[in-house]
Amino acid sequence: MIPNEKPVAVNVKREKFSPLPDLNHKRKAKLSQLLIALILTVLGIAFMLPFFWMVISSFKTDAEILALPLTILPENVTFEHYIDLFVNLNFLTYLKNTLLIVLASFFGLLLTAMAGYAFAKHKFKGSNILFVGVLATMMIPGQVTMIPVYLMLNQMGLTNTMMGIVLPGLVGAFGVFLFRQFMTTIPEEMLEAARLDGASEFRIFFSIVLPMSKPILAVQGILTFIGAWNSFLWPLIIANDEALYTLSVGLALLQGQHGGNYALQMAGATFMVVPIIIIFMIFQKHIIEGYNISGMK
Amino acid sequence: MKQFLNDRAPYLLVAPTVLLLLMFSIMPLFIAFFMSFTDMDLAGIANWANIEWIGLTNYIEIFKDEVFIQALLNTIVYVVIGVPIVIGLSLAIAMAINFGTGKVFEWFRVVFYMPSITNVVAVAVVWGFLFNPQYGLFNFLLNTIGLPDVPWLQDPFIAKLSLIMLAVWRAVGINMIIFLAALQGIPRTYYEAAALDGASTFQQMFKITIPLLRYAIFFVTVTTLIGWIQFFEEPLIMTEGGPLNSTTSLALFIYNNGFQLSNFGYAAAGSVVLFILIITVTLIQFRLQKNENNY
Repeated sequence: MIPNEKPVAVNVKREKFSPLPDLNHKRKAKLSQLLIALILTVLGIAFMLPFFWMVISSFKTDAEILALPLTILPENVTFEHYIDLFVNLNFLTYLKNTLLIVLASFFGLLLTAMAGYAFAKHKFKGSNILFVGVLATMMIPGQVTMIPVYLMLNQMGLTNTMMGIVLPGLVGAFGVFLFRQFMTTIPEEMLEAARLDGASEFRIFFSIVLPMSKPILAVQGILTFIGAWNSFLWPLIIANDEALYTLSVGLALLQGQHGGNYALQMAGATFMVVPIIIIFMIFQKHIIEGYNISGMK
Repeated sequence: MKQFLNDRAPYLLVAPTVLLLLMFSIMPLFIAFFMSFTDMDLAGIANWANIEWIGLTNYIEIFKDEVFIQALLNTIVYVVIGVPIVIGLSLAIAMAINFGTGKVFEWFRVVFYMPSITNVVAVAVVWGFLFNPQYGLFNFLLNTIGLPDVPWLQDPFIAKLSLIMLAVWRAVGINMIIFLAALQGIPRTYYEAAALDGASTFQQMFKITIPLLRYAIFFVTVTTLIGWIQFFEEPLIMTEGGPLNSTTSLALFIYNNGFQLSNFGYAAAGSVVLFILIITVTLIQFRLQKNENNY
């Protein structure tokens, strides 16, 4: 990743392999396509197997899930485990906390975008050093900062608070990098024109730069949502109180406390995984093409 | 006032991000380094007067610590087995998907990428159930085709392989996407020219595709290596390092010492060792890459 590299947003059009006149060759190509599709299908089913099993098992009764030999499909479909999660367990609280973290992380995304804009479109004293410094933080492993950050938060009295859970991961260097890469492509003339009209830099950011950055905002927005929805380590470290647990921490707790209750665990896992899968299915084009924007070719 | 704000706009725009990174990334790095030379523990948190400078004691102790050595060896096993599988499998899948032209192949991207975005706790809970010796699907499937049970998480060595299996499953997607982006950047005309010259599919693969993917392979290798040296969540959730520390990784060792035993200074020394290991491996990678480019 070279910081100065211009973003490559082109989608290389796939040209069809120019068919050779030889008919035999054409048939052979078709056959190998079919063969590869077949191999990928088998491998793909194996990859999806844990998800299938998770969903199927979550609808089985407690008796059935511990019955031998195993049944593949549930004999009596039951929703009791999903009801359990919310009625007898605190999944509603976990869900609320998780959504709060999602909200906070979107605020962090805004901060990241602001920094990306400044690095992309402003030359200021120390900008290069600052940008390199920001990128350098990507190399610092989480395990090294984990304990000092915990002690710092403890010193600030932020352990066991939502603030303490959210702050350490609010901004990320990679996000700044992606925003900067994208925003360098915004034409300078547009910003200049707005400046001549007397718009402040903040006004320009909110009414010109952000609207023009929709593609990268979409990608980053989805990835931020997924990251926040899945956040596990900081809530685990910072929250002592179950009232602050996120879905992941709650699920880990459930696994510890209801070790033998597999159907309930599968219901909890399904509740965490399925929304992400749905969101991913809807936006998968944006996410996957986001890697092209980042210029990672 | 407005002019004042506008002159300083770039600084104000970057300030929140830079300050947060300074506070939660750069400063902690230095604190960890200093802490590793002290005996910081719970008593130290309560009253800073209890913290003593003990020089290299933590580092000397840690290399005598059997659990640490075990964690180091386990991490090497994870990296040596896991990283090549991840790179090989994600490259193979990317090439297979790139080979296809139908709409179906676009869906394969989604299928193989999906494990990468799902929650690690949820996934670990599900795999824990799949690995269950009595009620798990894996042993059931093995028995169905006439094979005996496998002690997935009970045998010290097999437990490592089981965790690697789960981690590979989670890691393939993102790397496949990176390879796919690189593959689509190779002009089709190269292959057409090679085909006209009579090059076989395999010759095309090794003479065109692999060489042109060198940068992507390098990028994936470096990031995957760094990621696997920090192997953490899988053993934390699935085995808690057991049986008999056989799945404890370096990162889990640090976590346990810091948050379970509250030996903050000792854990910090462990994290500095981990950091040095990551930097060394990365530098070696860059050096190798440079040499390769020379010929």
